[in-house]
Amino acid sequence: MINKVVKDADTAIKDIQNGQTIMLGGFGLCGIPENCIQALLRKKVTDLTCISNNAGVDDFGIGLLLQQRQVKKMISSYVGENAEFERQLLSGELEVELIPQGTLATRCMAAGYGMPVIYTPAGVGTEVAIGKETRVFNGKEYLMEYAFDAEFAIVKAWKGDTAGNLIYKSTARNFNPVMAMAGKITIAEVEILVPAGELDPDQIHTPGIYVHRIFQGNNYEKRIEQKTVRTK
Amino acid sequence: MLDKNGIAKRIAKEVKDGMYVNLGIGIPTLVANYIPEGINVVLQSENGLLGMGPFPFEGEEDADLINAGKQTITTLAGSSIFDSAMSFGMIRAQKVDLTILGAMEVSENGDIANWKIPGKMVKGMGGAMDLVASAQNIIVAMQHVNKAGESKLLPNCTLPLTGVHCVKKIVTELAVLAVLENGGFQLLERAPGVSVAEIQAATAGKLLIEGDIPEMQL
Repeated sequence: MINKVVKDADTAIKDIQNGQTIMLGGFGLCGIPENCIQALLRKKVTDLTCISNNAGVDDFGIGLLLQQRQVKKMISSYVGENAEFERQLLSGELEVELIPQGTLATRCMAAGYGMPVIYTPAGVGTEVAIGKETRVFNGKEYLMEYAFDAEFAIVKAWKGDTAGNLIYKSTARNFNPVMAMAGKITIAEVEILVPAGELDPDQIHTPGIYVHRIFQGNNYEKRIEQKTVRTK
Repeated sequence: MLDKNGIAKRIAKEVKDGMYVNLGIGIPTLVANYIPEGINVVLQSENGLLGMGPFPFEGEEDADLINAGKQTITTLAGSSIFDSAMSFGMIRAQKVDLTILGAMEVSENGDIANWKIPGKMVKGMGGAMDLVASAQNIIVAMQHVNKAGESKLLPNCTLPLTGVHCVKKIVTELAVLAVLENGGFQLLERAPGVSVAEIQAATAGKLLIEGDIPEMQL
């Protein structure tokens, strides 16, 4: 079996260059690649274009990369939890492209399935449609949206094996499987790394063919954005 | 006149046994509290969950288990988890029967604006554009007028659109209204203690009133 294991996050991201496009898995702060974000902060790579559903919060997740001015452009669906983001956007330091969440996910999926475009009704008749090719199928209008083209995808899984097979936990799955499929080089950090053969092939969410580098992360904070509970 | 919980309670009557339902943030989330006993519905959370359960008990929250509003939640017997592409796949393929969401404006031909106010911070559309573009049955939960006292039911939306010709029904603190296929808001029900004249005064778009308008049964 091909061994995909690298030593740590710094090794995994060592060839990410200034100005490149990277995908980062996660929804809000759930299922984000915390270790690789820390490694990107240490590497101080700049002018990144980040494709991620959200932009973290001021002091966690992608928000940390924004604080260090490492991001040139964000491609996201919702960025409402981040004051530094707002400041950089209003001052013109940061570009942002907002796209519908399903379009974001499906443009990742298309890249992983080897399809150049998708047609989606999301955004028809809105400013999202401006400048885009449209087609009518069965009487309904659709926008043509391109598959993403990202140099790197960085994802977080719960368990992985040395062959790069991944299993996600709960709703921390979110964008991780589709981004894992979409990167030219995909880096996976996992909470538990096991030898090939220990995971049941029937339970794998992302086959190892899509994963180029894998390592076991540590010190996961797993911050909760909106703690909501009920009383007994 | 209804409060937010009253609006949620009235919308809950639109939820039928066997439906898969997506609830937006705000008043729509409250609808889950009023779904009648004996009605089995499955709540979809577009970050990748079918079968959303109640909030966890203190100390039992799991950072890996959240809803689309980033709140900690629980699963139920029969829940399933999937990735974001499949989540919007089931929305696009119209497997989700009912979408309930908030709005800043709705036009008399069913256009909705709920994601952006020019000149103010733009937070993004999240999954709203996908939901309104594909759902067959969309109910809007909102206040009838904005904080400045201006009607949110308009001939045409003034804010950037989220989707066109998609809203089927609106429930506000004053009324239940259907959006007619050829344009116009048809008044279906009045909130308790609210007169037709009050609803007319708060509605800028074309309002159709046919016969006696019953009061809502809550």
